[in-house]
Amino acid sequence: MAIMRLSLRFTKKLVPKPIIYQLGHDFKVVTNIRKANIDEDLGWMVLELDGEMDEIDRAVEDLAKQGIKVDPIEGDIVEG
Amino acid sequence: MERIKGLKCRECGRIYPKEAIHVCEFCFGPLEVDYDYAAIQQLISQEVITSRPTNLWRYWELLPIDGQPVNGTSSGFTPLIRADNLARLLGVEELYIKDDSVNHPTLSFKDRVVAVALNKAKELGFDTIACASTGNLANAVSAQAAKAGMKCFVFIPADLESGKVIASLIYNPTVVGIKENYDQVNRLCSEIAGKYPWAFVNINIRPYYAEGSKTIAFEIVEQLGWKTPQHIVVPAASGSLATKIYKGLKEFQKVGLIDNAETKISVAQAQGCCPIVTAIKAATDAIRPVVPNTIAKSLAIGNPADGYYAYHVVKDSSGYGETATDEEIVEAIKLLAKTEGIFTETAGGVTLAVAKKLIEQGRIPRNESIVICITGNGLKTQEAVADKIGKPTIIEPNLASFEKEVKP
Ligand SMILES: Cc1ncc(COP(=O)(O)O)c(C=O)c1O
Ligand SMILES: [Zn+2]
Repeated sequence: MAIMRLSLRFTKKLVPKPIIYQLGHDFKVVTNIRKANIDEDLGWMVLELDGEMDEIDRAVEDLAKQGIKVDPIEGDIVEG
Repeated sequence: MERIKGLKCRECGRIYPKEAIHVCEFCFGPLEVDYDYAAIQQLISQEVITSRPTNLWRYWELLPIDGQPVNGTSSGFTPLIRADNLARLLGVEELYIKDDSVNHPTLSFKDRVVAVALNKAKELGFDTIACASTGNLANAVSAQAAKAGMKCFVFIPADLESGKVIASLIYNPTVVGIKENYDQVNRLCSEIAGKYPWAFVNINIRPYYAEGSKTIAFEIVEQLGWKTPQHIVVPAASGSLATKIYKGLKEFQKVGLIDNAETKISVAQAQGCCPIVTAIKAATDAIRPVVPNTIAKSLAIGNPADGYYAYHVVKDSSGYGETATDEEIVEAIKLLAKTEGIFTETAGGVTLAVAKKLIEQGRIPRNESIVICITGNGLKTQEAVADKIGKPTIIEPNLASFEKEVKP
């Protein structure tokens, strides 16, 4: 099991969608919204995903496929 | 007396124990080592420092390990060179090069941060050390892990320059080349760091690791005779080095080693990856991530973790930021070699090119003292200059041929 903390950013057309509900439905991950700010045309969220690593991977892939910008909380990990 | 109180959130100030953690549970701000400066002031002095071996551990009181260092004892105390040839060409009076292109053991400033990270990882009980890197960091982690007898995993993008790949592989770590785009590499490494009980130097050990960069500032001050320069020009990727140089100067003042720390910190980025400089020029601390496209791969961080803090260091110290194009980077690498006999990598080219611009713009006055931080070695990025430096003259093994072709 692993816990992954992600920053999600999404634009207007995704704002009204039940993204997190759907994610918990489609994948075996526990979703935990830790921080968020969503208004009419922009949203961001700090989301924790708890589950098996390949299940988290698939959930993240699905988020990205919907057009959500998914990043690790700590910015870029790869350093010079 | 406890020098180190724990870790502290940079945003909300919450206190955490000295463990392998790096983000605040509550606000997700980065954690930072929390020192007791009053206690340290009692322990540290110019005499104590100068009596010690010439490596970065001479500033032990201001570094985040509890015991005595057992590893990374060849790192730091690199030359500070008075660069009069280059100064004449740039038209400035007092110019120095801080030359981390000859830092030990792997010829970049990353040996400093890794020396600190590795000792801390051992103190915290880890037997495996890891990092995600575009080269220099991977080299430093691989070499120092070999010496320390730790297991080692380094993660690199699959398409890295061969010089930097070989300079990791030779130490026999597990090298993992990751296909796919940068976002996915980042996410994967973050996931791996969350699952395996390893000391990931730039993830869960980051609060300790990053402190190693302060030693560049400490050394500059000591080598200038316990004085601060008026300007320091630093390359920025994640923005950590710039942030920690500023912190180092302020700490020296706090513990009474110097009277003033008024140095202006200016940052250098490549034009093809300049989220921090863009923010500085626009005077906003909202850093906008970019997709990197530059020959300066060691500085190619599009979403810099410490960009926000680097921005504020530049603003608070009244420095500035500039960028360099790929051509300017190559020209600057050649200029440094020709004038000062130092062969730097692309990151050094960026820094010198930017320093030159800031001088020409009048942002750095010609009569003020300037230190340029050269942070990596040119032997690692030879492809950047290979076809831009001419070729040897080939002759027959006789004097006539020599005189005809070479015209001495
Ligand atoms: C040679 C060199 N100089 C400078 C940097 C920038 O450091 P930072 O990420 O602390 O801004 C790096 C690595 O990232 C590097 O490899
Ligand atoms: Zn916090």
